[in-house]
Order: sequence, then C-alpha cells, then structure tokens
Amino acid sequence: MDVDYHALLPEFILAGTILLVLVVDVFLPERTKWFAMPLGLVGVVASLVAVATLIGAGTRVSFGGTYVVDEFALLFKGFFLVTAVVVLSVSLRYFREGGFYQGEYYFLLLTSFLGCVMMPSSRDLLLLFIALELVSAPGFLMAAFRKGDVKSNEAGVKFFIIGVLSTAVMLFGMSLIYGVTGGETQLAEIASALADVPGELQTLTYAAILFVVVGFAFKVSAFPFQFWAPDTYEGSPVPVAAFLAVASAVAGFAGLLQLMFVAFAEQHEFWVPIFAFLSVATMSVGNFVALRQTQMVRLLAYSGIAQSGYILMTFALVTDDAASNRTAFAAGVAYILIYGIMNLGAFAATVAVSRRHPALLIADFAGLRETAPVIAVGMAVFMISLAGVPPTGGFWGKLLIFQAAIERGGGLGPALAVVMLVNSVVSVFYYLLVPRQMFLREAADRSRLRVPALVTVVVGAATIALVGIFVLPNPVARLAEISSLVGLGP
Amino acid sequence: MTWENSAITIATLLPVVGAIVIALMPKSREREIRGMGIVVSGAALAIAIAIAIGFDYGTDGLQYELDLDWIGAIGVRYHVGIDGISLPLYVLTFLLTFLCAIYTWRFVPDPGRTRGFLALMLLLETGMAGTFIAFDLILFFVFWELVLVPMYFLIAIWGSANREYASIKFFLYTLFGSIFMLLGFLAMYFQGPDPHTFDMVALRDFGAGGGFSQTFQLVVFGAVALGFAVKVPMWPFHTWLPDAHTEAPTIGSVLLAGIMLKMGTYGFIRIAIPFLPYGAEKYAPWIGALAAIAIVYAALACLAQKDLKRLIAFSSVGHMGFVMLGIATLTEIGIQAAIFGMVAHGVITGMLFFCVGSIYDRYHTREIARIGGGMMQTMPKLGGVFAFVAIASLGLPGLAGFWGEIMALLSSFSPSEVFLADRVGLFRLYMVMGGIGTVLTAGYFLWMLQRVNMGALPDQWRQAGLRDVLAVEWVSWLPLLALILVLGLYPRLVFGVTDDAVGGLMRLLGS
Repeated sequence: MDVDYHALLPEFILAGTILLVLVVDVFLPERTKWFAMPLGLVGVVASLVAVATLIGAGTRVSFGGTYVVDEFALLFKGFFLVTAVVVLSVSLRYFREGGFYQGEYYFLLLTSFLGCVMMPSSRDLLLLFIALELVSAPGFLMAAFRKGDVKSNEAGVKFFIIGVLSTAVMLFGMSLIYGVTGGETQLAEIASALADVPGELQTLTYAAILFVVVGFAFKVSAFPFQFWAPDTYEGSPVPVAAFLAVASAVAGFAGLLQLMFVAFAEQHEFWVPIFAFLSVATMSVGNFVALRQTQMVRLLAYSGIAQSGYILMTFALVTDDAASNRTAFAAGVAYILIYGIMNLGAFAATVAVSRRHPALLIADFAGLRETAPVIAVGMAVFMISLAGVPPTGGFWGKLLIFQAAIERGGGLGPALAVVMLVNSVVSVFYYLLVPRQMFLREAADRSRLRVPALVTVVVGAATIALVGIFVLPNPVARLAEISSLVGLGP
Repeated sequence: MTWENSAITIATLLPVVGAIVIALMPKSREREIRGMGIVVSGAALAIAIAIAIGFDYGTDGLQYELDLDWIGAIGVRYHVGIDGISLPLYVLTFLLTFLCAIYTWRFVPDPGRTRGFLALMLLLETGMAGTFIAFDLILFFVFWELVLVPMYFLIAIWGSANREYASIKFFLYTLFGSIFMLLGFLAMYFQGPDPHTFDMVALRDFGAGGGFSQTFQLVVFGAVALGFAVKVPMWPFHTWLPDAHTEAPTIGSVLLAGIMLKMGTYGFIRIAIPFLPYGAEKYAPWIGALAAIAIVYAALACLAQKDLKRLIAFSSVGHMGFVMLGIATLTEIGIQAAIFGMVAHGVITGMLFFCVGSIYDRYHTREIARIGGGMMQTMPKLGGVFAFVAIASLGLPGLAGFWGEIMALLSSFSPSEVFLADRVGLFRLYMVMGGIGTVLTAGYFLWMLQRVNMGALPDQWRQAGLRDVLAVEWVSWLPLLALILVLGLYPRLVFGVTDDAVGGLMRLLGS
C-alpha cells in the first residue's frame, strides 16, 4: 500500500484537531468551554494551509487508487474548509449564549467536516460510504442540539430516520454493484467492469445505480427526498442549518459528481432522464413551496432545494460529447461554489437576527436597514444573487448553466433551460420578500441590533465576494474548468 | 489607455463610483449628499458631451471602441463602442439623469433617505448608458439587467400607495421577458460563426449575410423580440407600465419613460433586425399590427383615465407604438423615425412626468377631478409649461413630437420593398390606424388640458397658497423645454447623427 502522507496532511491535521478538542473539553471549566472554538479554528486554518501546499503538486494517489488528491479534490477541500471557518465563526456567540454543550458541538461539527474533506478524494464505494456517514452521523446529533425545544428533537429524529433509510438503500445498491462487477469497489475499475456486463445483468446494474443515487439524493435534498430539509433546518440551531445547507449538501454533490462522471459515465443514457426529472421536480417543488413560507430558515431550506435542482440539471446535460460534458461539469462546479458563498452569507445574516428574534419569521427582518445596515445590505445582495440577477455572482452561476444547456442542444438542453428560466422568475418573488421587509418596513424595536463582529465580517466578506465575482467571474469559471473529472472513466 | 478608447467607459462607470461615494457619506450631511449627486451626474454628462463633440459624424463605424477580454472561459468580452444610433440615446441618458439630480436638490420623495435614493439613481444611470454602448451580447444583457434592481427599489421604497405591487410586477415582467432574450443570445452564440462569439459586430455581419437558418431565425427572433417587447412595452405586454409609472417617484417615472423604454426599441434596431433579418421580415407585419393596436388602444385608454400620471403613462404606450411602427416597416425612413421618436419621447414624456410630479407636489393628488381645473389662474407658469409639453406630445408641427410620428406614418405608407413588398396594403391599414390614433391623442391631451388648466378654480385651491414654478424646477426643466423646441425646428440635430449609421445598417441588410 502506497500512502502519500503529504497529500493526506489536511485530513491528519483535522483529525488531530478533533481529538484535541474532545480531550481539552474535558479539562475546561464550564465558563471557558467556548475555548474549543478558537482551537478548532486554528486546526481548520492549518488544514487549509496544508491544502494550499498541495496546489499545483499534480494528482497524488494513495491506498492503491482509492484515495486521490487532484484538482477537483483540492477545490472542494478548500471550499469545505473555508465553509468550516465560516460556520465556526457564526457559531461562537450563538452557542455561548444558548447554553449548549459547546465542546461536544465543536467536536461533532469538525467530525462532519472531516467527512466533507474526505468526500472529494474518495474514489471507492466503501470510502464514499464512510465519508458520507461521517458527514451525516454527527449531523443527526447536531440537528437535535437545542434540547429544550420539541422542534429540534423532531428535526433530529426526522433527519435520522430518513437519513438511515436512504443510506440503507444506497448500501444495497453498492452491494449490487459489487456483485455485478465481480467484486470491484474502486470507481475507475467499476467503470471498466460495467462496460462489459453481460446482457442479463443490465437491468440489475441499472437498479443498482438508481439505489446508489438515492443515498446522495437524500443528502442534496432532491425530490422526493427533500421533505426532511425544511423541518430539520428550522429545528436545528441556525449555524447547524448553515452547515447542513452548504457543507453537507455540497459534500453530497461532490460524491455524486465522482460517481456519475467516473464510475457510471458510460450508462448516462439510462440516468440522464432520471436526473432531468429529479432536477425539474426538485427546482419546481422548492420554488413553488417557497412562495408560501413565512419563516426565514424554512424559506432558505426551500430555496436550497430549488438551488439543488439547478445543480442537478448539469447532470442531465451529459452526452457522448466530452467537450459539452466538460462545460456542464464546469457549470455545475462553478454554481456550487457561488451557491456556497451566497447561502453561507444568508445564514450568517440570519444568525445575526436570531439574537433578537429567535422565531426568525421573515417579518422579523423588518427595518433591518436601520437596526443593522451592513447585515441588511449584505442580505439584500445574497437574496438578489440567489435569484440570479445582476449585479451579483449568482447571475454568472445561472448563466453558465444556461450556456451548458444550450450547448448540449438536442431538445432536452433547451427544454431544461426554459424550465429553469421560469423557475428563476418565480423565485424572484420570494427572494424579494426579504429585502422588502428590510427596506420598506419599520422595525418595532428601532434600537441598534448588536451583531457579533465575526458575523459582520462573514456577511461583509460574502457580499464583497459576490459583487467581486460579478465584476470578475474569470477565476471561478477557470477553477471550475480545470478541476474537471470528465474523462477519468474509461 | 487613451481618451479615444476609454472615454465611454469612464462616463458609464463614473456614476457607480459616485454611488459608492454617496453611500459612504454620513447621513447627516444632507446638502453635501445632494450636491454630490449633481456633481457626479454633471461630470458624467460633461464627458458624454465631450464624446459627442469629438464624434466623427461622417462615418457609420464604431467609435471610441474598446475590446478587452473579460471572461475568457466562456468567450465573453468587454466590447464597447458608440455609433450614430447609440449616440443620441447615450447623451440623452446622461442629460436626463443630470436634470433628475438637480430636481432632487429640492424634491426628495418620502420617506427621504437621500443617500440611497441618489446611489440607486446613479446605478440605474450606469445600467441604462451601458446598454447603449455594449457590443457584446452578454455585456449588453448584464447592463440590461442591471437596471432592474435599482429601479425596483426606487419604486418599492419611494413610490406611492400601491408601490409594492407595482414594483414586483415591474421586476417579474421584465425579468421574464429578458430571460428568453438571454436564451436567444446563447442560441446565436452556438449557431453563429466559428469560432463561437458573443461579439455583436461579428454576429451582425454573420446574421445580416444570412448566416442563420430560416427556422432558427423564426424561433430565436421570437425569443429575443419577447424580451425587447416587454421592455418597450408593446401591446399586449404593456400592463406593467401603467402601474410602475403611476407608483414610481417622479424621477423614477422620468427615467423609466425617458430612457428605459428605449432600451427595448434600441434592442430591435441593434440586435433583432440586423442579426435575424429573415425573422424580422416574417415578424414585421405582426409587430406592425401590435404597434397599430397599441396606438389606438392607448389613446382610448387615455380618454378613460382619471389619474393624471396614469394618463401620461398610457400615452407612452401609444408613442412607443409609433416607434415600433416605424421599425416594423424595415425602411431607412422608418428606423430614422423610430430613433427620432425615441429621443423626442424621452424629452417630452420625461418633461411631462416632471410636470405631473410638480402638480402632485402642489395638490397632493393626481386625480383630475380633485384638481378640478383652473391651474392657469393659480399657477400660470406651471400651467403654461404643462400645456406646452402636452401639445408637443400630441405632435404639433414645429415641436419635437411631430417628426417621429409623421415619418413613422409616412414610412408605413411604403414599407420596405425588399422585405415587405406584398404587405403594402396591410401597412397602409396600419397607417390609417396610426392616423386615427393621432387624432385621438390630440383629443385626450386637449381634454386633459381643459380639465386641469382651464375652467373655474375650485374654492379649496383658491387660498391653498399654491406656489408656481420654483427656481430649481426652471433649472432642471429649461434644457428639456429648449430641446423640445430645437428638435422641432431643427430635426437634423438627430437625423444628422443617425443618418450614416442607419444607412449603413440598411446597406448591410441589402436594401
């Protein structure tokens, strides 16, 4: 077994930090439990530096090809670690003031992020499964972390049951793949083995692919596995909801991208229609149900479902043409990156408001332009960006997907583009509800909202990033382009 | 970077810089904020005028051109330039915004918040001006969409009673249209010349030379035209306009009517027709029909309006109908008429909205029945200005409104011999409808004047202390009033600029 320790350094640092947080927590007095957060933050930043040292170092393979660190993996690892920094930053005050078990929380959160960081490197069914579970299992606990609240308990239980169910289906699918391919678990090997599967096993192969997709569809809250998301997000502590909506969902997409583009690329004629349906149903359900929401986190949950639908669309654009596949892949990755920024920003702004209005109704954002101007302007930018309207980065995200859809052509591409267009217009209606509250209504309590500095920094940085991406989208487009997995299969 | 290739970029982006500066100024410095609005928009106008002075009027090519790589990964370039078709609209954008900034010196609509108001206005200016100079389809689309957000907030925050409904309706309508336009652009990219390009000059040459297949043109022209038609707005896509106009604050209405509507008609002339001439040929009779309906429909709707501002809004639909009728003939005269009509409508209707804004400021109502007449007795100057502009709007010879309408009617007497030779009868019918429309237009404007300016003064206004035109109003209005007269007496001011560019366009299309 060849092990490239440098390539694994980010994971080692993160794992070490996790253990450290767990141990240190035991010895900390109650008053200073919050110290686990800066400790975790240092570990995450160190891990980020380790990722940076791997940039440009080429593709590095460990454990006989099951664990690969390439451009794709690095891009996603960097994304997850930055997300971790943000989630940790917005967690500090929230958990200090909420009377939670802080040490355990940071331990669980970092463990989940370890799963995220492993995901884009896992080129093996078993590793993918482990990474996915590492993301999910602590999530079940964290969702139920507001122990005094019935809603939080419901959030955890619902998340757990649906999560376990879909994982079981996925495992069953993986075992079928194992059988059909004659004992392969490595993605690239699976791809070549599936190429000459005998005719009578074809149906079984398709069923297996479908089952595996189910597990990931749950993670990215695709229709019909979406209904846990709004309840769970609403019940969870807000930073945990941010984690679930961004890190956990993107981890699902990272896994899905590897499976579909490396292992199952040859079978695209079978799964493209499935993804087309999933995408259309997911975005439509998300957008239309979002129209009726009055609670902020639920709104963000449905918005997240809709955004998942847009990203899923890039899977439905796969054809035999490698060039067009590369465009679709890059569009999906670019959208994921931009989605992460705007959604993290929106959740951070929500955390800021949650201190005064724990119920977090959309109406609680009234008059925010007066009580917290920076947060209000940032939130307006996030909402406009989620709607995909200039001058924000979200515009380019949508444009790239449209372009990929039109390039694919052949009826399905333009048809999907039209569905997405109509959805985008619908979404504008509910996204604008929030700026409308913030800028048109007056707050009942017009005193200044005290926003933690870290939250303001996160909101400001995300706002600048989104406007910056609008002006200069080249880096995002280039990053997405070079980190392609297309053609890694046979 | 030289003046030649950076001037229009500086003028277009200067307002954004100004918007950021204004947003960062302390809230308490009210006068400085308003002054900054005037300074920034004035500086931008000065650059625009310098561009117009340095413009070479003898050619039809692009001037002040700049072509930079922007997003290499998807082939989007920052390609800007200006020609005779763009120039009048480009300068008008800066002029109107500058006058709006002056007007804001005295009038900031409720609920105040001047910083946000001016910052959004300047952002809007960049979007509008950029649309007229963009020569890359995606860049064009970005500027086109950039106007949505500021205009939404201008209506939603500073509008009147029904502002929330009107603002979201405006946003959704125009977004819906423009998104199909975007699909059309992407389709042209992939079906266009090899290597694929969004460059509007390259696509124009390719498309005008018959590069796109006929079926493709029919589909894509429909998609692109939908986006433009909503913006114009053409009947029956006009329903957002009366609401938006009526609820918007005065300067929102001025810029909406003065510039934003022209983005749609400009799109037809700049993109839809030259890129997709076969589609234009097939759609032209339909566009003409909608235009003719719009003229008559808007005039009838105006006769039924009780709200002064809504009346002016509907009159815009009719005037834009004349512009579209001119475009639909696909002739040189028709397109010249359209551009002239766009400029004239911008000046006249912008001025009308200024008047209505000031009337509302005095009476605190826009209802014609509540105003009750007699404005000439209480405020003779305001009444006189209002009458002058209304008469210009109904197309009196010698004033700006005349040339665009008469030439549009003339061109529909003999539509393009190359494209529409077998549709002459149809277009003559449109001409007759347009003629009826002008009569009705004269009717409703005169009736409006009769009810507002003339008649017995209701008692309640006699002692109300209504103040006649203020100095700041004179300053912001005089340039427009002068332009109405000058354009009417000396139309070559616009035709001289557009002649070569439109001629070049027609030669490209082979007629």
